[in-house]
Amino acid sequence: MRGFNKVVSSYQEAMAGLSDNMTIIAGGFGLCGIPEGLIKEIENIGAKGLTVVSNNCGIDDFGLGILLKDKQIKKMVSSYVGENAEFERQYLSGELEVELTPQGTLAEKMRAGGAGIPAFYTATGVGTPVAEGKEVKQFNGRDYILEESVTGDFAIVKAWKADKIGNLIYRDTAMNFNPMAATAGKVTVAEVEEIVEVGELDPNHIHTPGIYVNRIIQGSFEKRIEKITLAKN
Amino acid sequence: MSLNRDQIAMRVAQELQDGYYVNLGIGIPTLVANYVPNDIDVMLQSENGLLGIGPYPTEDQVDADMINAGKETVTAAVGASIFSSAESFAMIRGGHVDLTVLGAFEVDQNGNIASYMIPGKLVKGMGGAMDLVAGAENIIVTMTHADKHGNSKLLNHCNLPLTGVNCVKRIVTDLAVLDIKEGAFHLLERAPGVSVEEIQQKTAGQLILPQNGQVPEISV
Repeated sequence: MRGFNKVVSSYQEAMAGLSDNMTIIAGGFGLCGIPEGLIKEIENIGAKGLTVVSNNCGIDDFGLGILLKDKQIKKMVSSYVGENAEFERQYLSGELEVELTPQGTLAEKMRAGGAGIPAFYTATGVGTPVAEGKEVKQFNGRDYILEESVTGDFAIVKAWKADKIGNLIYRDTAMNFNPMAATAGKVTVAEVEEIVEVGELDPNHIHTPGIYVNRIIQGSFEKRIEKITLAKN
Repeated sequence: MSLNRDQIAMRVAQELQDGYYVNLGIGIPTLVANYVPNDIDVMLQSENGLLGIGPYPTEDQVDADMINAGKETVTAAVGASIFSSAESFAMIRGGHVDLTVLGAFEVDQNGNIASYMIPGKLVKGMGGAMDLVAGAENIIVTMTHADKHGNSKLLNHCNLPLTGVNCVKRIVTDLAVLDIKEGAFHLLERAPGVSVEEIQQKTAGQLILPQNGQVPEISV
């Protein structure tokens, strides 16, 4: 199994090959299930002109938000980009390009991209600003728009457990966009909480088969929470 | 008296049926979860990948990996399932969710909804709202009938950019319950003590009254 060992021991190795103007697909929903260390490494590398495809863009000082302050991101493809003052400033001043994409369309763009499907029709966004410039076609009397899939030079994902050949298991709602993102990168890097020996994970419980994953790194996660809400009493 | 936020949620909760899978939007729709009748079971869907939203956690239960679509910490209900965003929107777009409740800035008499963008202000994004309104058979919008200047939000044509077209079937406002069909708002119920005339005056779109002229009061 030596040829399949995908574990790397440094973040430099994990993100080796990243350069200016690349497209990065990132898993995560808000700050939940984000590859924290890989994002910090992108900041360290300092690559600029990046296109980042991710549901959200973190907050000012955490998650993808940290790539904004040195203007590393040229374009964001996201469904929701509130809660980030620097993002707002760059967007309103025209420094940052934003392609707002319905959340389900975004997930499907990644899924289709990873599955070799170049485009798909969906009813989501018909008759709205999202449909502008897109082909409309009727099926069974209903209008649908053509949406193109996405792939990235890199996909960065966060998982709970991995074995050394890249089979991944996610935990709770930290799964979110990670399984689709993992399929859609030319190079897919998984940052995980725990790496186990091959054979220790039950094949029935694998969420992302190792074929999609190129590099694995053991991370240590802060797991910041955006809104702590508690049961009364 | 117009309904307050909780009373609007209580009225929406009367639409729930035993065995329903329901997606609740942020704001008033979220409050509906507090008024699910005791004798029925519903399963709440959270678009970030949870079917079966449980109560908020105790301090000991707080887990950064367990949040709802509003990014609040939650727990999983007994019988819950957890899945990817693609799976989540497959069930939404595939029409498997029985009821979607969401807020809006404007709704028009053709069932069009505008809920995500006010030009000139910062656009934060549509999140999952466009998928929800395109995928659901059964959509209830909760909103105030008029804005704070008294301008109607129930229009002939929405002025703001649309979230979805021809999709809203029922609206519960602080003043009334209305259905949208055949290009008009149909008044079904009025808030206790609110006159039909006030509702007419605050509905800019075409409003049709019951044939017998009787508009029962909302009971909450």
